[in-house]
Parts: sequence; C-alpha cells; structure tokens
Amino acid sequence: MRLKFDSVIDALLPVFATFAALGVGAIMLMALQVSPVEAYSALWEGAFGSKNAIAETLVKATPLLLVGLGICIAFRANVINIGAEGQMIIGGLMATQVGLVFTDLPGWVVIIMAIFAGFLGGAIWGGIPGALKAYFGVNEILSTVMMNAIAVQIMNFMLRGPMMDPAQLEKASKIPQTARLAEAFRLPRLVPTRLHLGFVFAIALAVLVYVLLWRTTLGYRIRAVGQNPHASRYGGIRVRRRIVTALLLSGAFAGIAGAIQVYGVNYRMITDGSSTGFTGGAGFNGIVAALFGQLHPIGTIPASIFFGALLVGANKMQRVVQIPAALITALNGLVVIFVVSSELWRRRRQKQRLLVDEGGEPPPSESPKTEKGASASEEVMA
Amino acid sequence: MMSPELIIVGVLSSTIRLATPYLYAAIGETFGQRSGVLNLGVDGQMLIGAFAAFYIAFTTGNLWLGVLAAVIVGALMGLAMAFVSVNLQAEQGISGIGFYLFGLGMSELLFKMLLGTVETVKGFPDLEIPFLSDIPYIGEIFFQHNIMVYGAFLLVPIAWFIFNKTTLGLKIRSVGENPEAADSLGVSVARVRYFTIILAGILSGVAGASMSIALLNVFQQNMTSGLGFIAVALVYFGAWRAFGVLAGALLFSFVNSLQLWMQVLNIPISTELAIMLPYILTIVVLVLTVSKVRPPSALTKPFDRGD
Repeated sequence: MRLKFDSVIDALLPVFATFAALGVGAIMLMALQVSPVEAYSALWEGAFGSKNAIAETLVKATPLLLVGLGICIAFRANVINIGAEGQMIIGGLMATQVGLVFTDLPGWVVIIMAIFAGFLGGAIWGGIPGALKAYFGVNEILSTVMMNAIAVQIMNFMLRGPMMDPAQLEKASKIPQTARLAEAFRLPRLVPTRLHLGFVFAIALAVLVYVLLWRTTLGYRIRAVGQNPHASRYGGIRVRRRIVTALLLSGAFAGIAGAIQVYGVNYRMITDGSSTGFTGGAGFNGIVAALFGQLHPIGTIPASIFFGALLVGANKMQRVVQIPAALITALNGLVVIFVVSSELWRRRRQKQRLLVDEGGEPPPSESPKTEKGASASEEVMA
Repeated sequence: MMSPELIIVGVLSSTIRLATPYLYAAIGETFGQRSGVLNLGVDGQMLIGAFAAFYIAFTTGNLWLGVLAAVIVGALMGLAMAFVSVNLQAEQGISGIGFYLFGLGMSELLFKMLLGTVETVKGFPDLEIPFLSDIPYIGEIFFQHNIMVYGAFLLVPIAWFIFNKTTLGLKIRSVGENPEAADSLGVSVARVRYFTIILAGILSGVAGASMSIALLNVFQQNMTSGLGFIAVALVYFGAWRAFGVLAGALLFSFVNSLQLWMQVLNIPISTELAIMLPYILTIVVLVLTVSKVRPPSALTKPFDRGD
C-alpha cells in the first residue's frame, strides 16, 4: 500500500515542480505589474480554447515528442545529448533534398524516403559525437553543442547556395529558402486544421521506443550501460558500442523531427540564420519534455503536449497581456531545475524502501553511508 | 588594399579583444570544475549579466554600476546553482541546461519589457598604457584596449596563483579530487563549492558585461549565441589549468578574428565555412587532448556527508 502511495508521489513530482515554476512565474508577472490570473488564463485560452488552438498545440508538441523520444534513449544510457537542434537541422535538410530531387515519385514513397533521410541525417549528426565519446573520451555535452553550431552554418550555406529556390536566385531579395515541396508530398491533414499525420506517427514511435527500451535486448543493454557502465562491461556488454548506438538513435529521432517539421508544417526549409528559426527551439524544449515525462517514452507524450500548449499559449498571452513569449522559455528552465532537484526526494525514499524491503529496521534518523557520491549521480538516470 | 603589416596587427589585436568574454567565463568555469561542479548554465548567466550591465549603464550612464549589476546578478545565479547542485544534489549537466534556458528567456523578457528596441551605449574607452602602447606593432596589439580586456588577461595569473600557491586553491583542488578525504580533514566541501560556483557565476556575469558594455556596446536577445558553451569547452581544452584556458581562448579567438578579417577583406571564402571553422577546430583539439588529461575525479559528483 505504502509502495503504491510512494510511486504515485514519484509520478506526480514533475507536476509539483511545474506548479512551483508557474508559481515563480506568477511572482515574476506581478513584479512586471501584470495579473497572473489574466496572463495564465490567456495562456490556457491560446492553447486549448478552440479546435484550431488544440490542433496548433498538437502540431507544436510533435517535434517535442520526437526529440524527447531520442532524449529518453540517450539519457537512459547516461549520455547527455544537447545536439538535437543540429540533428533536427541535418535531418530536415536531407529530407527536404529528397523531396526536391525525386519529384516524379508518388507522394507516399517520397514521404517514407524523406522520413528515412531525416532518420539518417540525425543519426549521422548524433553518431559522430557518440563515436567521439566512446572512442576518444570527448565529452558529448561539448561536442553536441559544437555540432549544433556547425549544423546551423551548413544549413545557411545550403539554403543560400546549392539548395536555394531557383525562383529566388533570379530575384534580388535572395531569401535563403528552398523551393516549396510538391503538394503530393505534404503530410496529410487529419481534421480541417493544421494538425497533420506526423503527430500520430510520433505517438506510434513513442510506443516503439517503449518496446525498444524495455522489451528488447538492445534496450536492456542501453539502460544497463546508463545505470552502471562498469558492471555492464563486466557482464559482457560492449559499452562503447552501446554509447554510440544510444547517441545515434537519439540523433535519428531528432532528425525525424526535422523531416516532419518540413513535410508537415513548413513544406520548405527557410533560415533566419539561427537554429531556432527552423527548430523553434524544439531541440532544447524536447529535453525539457523528456525530463518532465521522467525519461519514459509514454510519459513524454503528455509532457510534450503540455509544453506544446505552453509554447502556443505564450503567443496568445503575448497579445493579450503584452508579456513576451520569452517568459515561457524562462519558465521551462525553472521546470527543468525543479524536476532534477526533486529527484533528491525520490532517491531518499528509494533508499528507505530498500531498507524496509530487506527486512531491516525502519530507517534510522541518520541515513546509512552505503550509497553516496558516485552512485548518486548515476542513480539520477535510473 | 591594406598593407600586410596592418592586417596582421589588426588580426592579432582583435584576437586579444575577442578572447575577453571567453576568458572571464572560462576562468570562472575552471574554478567550478576544479571543485567538482560542472556549471553548464554559463551562457544563461552571461546573457543575464550582459543585460543587467547594459540596462544599468544605459539608464544611469555609469559603466561601473553596470559591471556591479552584472556581478550581482551573476552571484545570484551562482547562488541558486550552488544550492541546486550542492544541497539538492541535482544532476549538473541537466540543471545547467535549466539555468541556461532560464537566463535565455529571462534576459529576452527583460529586454523586451524594459528596453523594447536595440539601443547602444558608449562603452569603456580604450586605455593606452603609457610607454608600452608606443612600441611599434606590440603596442597596438596588446596595449590599446579597454579596461575589461586587461582585466580578463590579469585574471589568468591571478587564477593560477590561487590554484597553485594558496591554501584556498589547495582546498578547491582537494574538494574536486577527493571530497571524502577533504571532508575528513575538516574542509567544508559545501562551503568551498558554494564559493567556487558563486565566483563562476560572477565571472560569467562579467563576461556578459564585457560584451554588452565594452566590446559590442549593445544588447540583443541571445547575443552570446552559445559563447558560454564554448567557454565550458575551453576548460576541457585547457586541461583545467588557467594558462591552458588562456591558450585555448587565444587559439579560438585567433581563428575567429581571422574569419572576421577574411570577410572584411573580401577574401573569397564562404562565410558559413569561416564561421564553422572555430567549432570544428574545437572538436579536433578536444579529440587530440582529452584522452591525455584527466578531469577532476569528483567532477559532476554530488557529495553527501551522510548526515
């Protein structure tokens, strides 16, 4: 009974963390002389107030979910992938190129090929830092950040040069964008809104990632490497290879997110010179969503919808109470901080449970020194 | 056409200027990492510092008050980071991303609410060092910069001295290498880490200020565009040593300065490739150096005294 109660509390921790973040946001709003009630109700209205609003929320949630799925895989292997922005860009570029080259093929063939191209692009862009970590000991946080910067420049180069819309080449404006994809190549819309098939596809992939992580040997190995690399090596798991696999797959999902962004929403690639111009910040916000979903693929579904809602609602809030949408970025940051901080209580209770289960005395007021330091940081991923 | 000497002097002089924000942020980060804490929120702290410095300098007209504002907000961000990583023992790589997002959003929010448009300030003026600035070439390269630039370079020997010649430095290093042993010898791991993380926050804030009121003299949303992450990379690059960080910052800003000058001189090289170069270089250098040096043993590992 107690166990059940504890696991409910554990599952609710991110919700508490969000309320805490929204509370801090309310204080910030009051400091800026804006009524938090008015601001947050505009946010809600903007995210769920109409059929179109809900559709926009789900459209926004799609890349967050896809990136988040990749993050689940990487973080479960204790590999911190901050390169989803770059992986989305390379995936998007390769997918777009497919649609621009194979203009004669039927729509569904091109869409499948494009998603595969996105997968491949992201996999390459994630696999490189994976290999650098596994075989050269290069910290993946740093290399993925560098890879993001490189990807942005590749995008700018391609869209200003080889991939530029031929129509733009003749104009003086020279907008850095590709030609529009043929209508047949666009992802079908589900209801008469902007909601497209990509959302359903992302949900299906979430189930697939769940199966991969918990029902296959590969998934078991990835998680084992994340929990204890030394024991895994001892147990015969090729740790380096699994690190590469994890980052490669993680990048691949971000790459699919890029492909779907092009085929479901923009129908072309265009750059404002920055990565967020294309990704809308999904590479970072996907991390937030995955953490919020407790690094569980299924949990990441509602989490992505929630953060998609925040992002869409922020625009309405900006119009109604004149609060810049950047507030939501700041709040997302707070959510991350609160969620990772709240892990402490989960770990403490886990320790106590272990002691009770072993039939020992109820935990003394001084918690034993059995697990500390090194194991604590590894446990975060557990 | 400019003479070759002028170009070389120009490239080297702007190398020195460009290294400034990297140095402040990376030296601060070195303090944090030496004590076992990875601060990934540098970029966010820099943005908040850059905005605070700019806004105060813009409204009061006093640049030093601007620097002070950056110091204060940097210290506050550092304090929060310290609480989260020392007391709450949160995973540092991830909480750092949280602090980054917070700084990114917060600085843009305040910028739009308080300023609305891009404004400029008259930043710190160049300060010619008597006699030294008259030396041909050398003077122009090294001794005709503003005070924030000199400050960044002075920080390097100071950090070296603290790490290697003081008890404080010894405490920082021992806490980063073996917190259990340090603790048993009566060193307060928590207090040392609070000190280094707050110091890292302050220096990140000043790094931001050096951009907004000394080098560029404007504030724009996301004006650092990931510079803080590079600063973290420079610490690995410099093998956790002050002079190593200096070498990394100089190399990185040299390539950057070369890239800017190639654009100025209309040398036919793709802009995008040129901007990419420093990042590719950083990855290559990380590959070449990282396997040879070992990070502080307790890096990213929270310390639990068990009480």
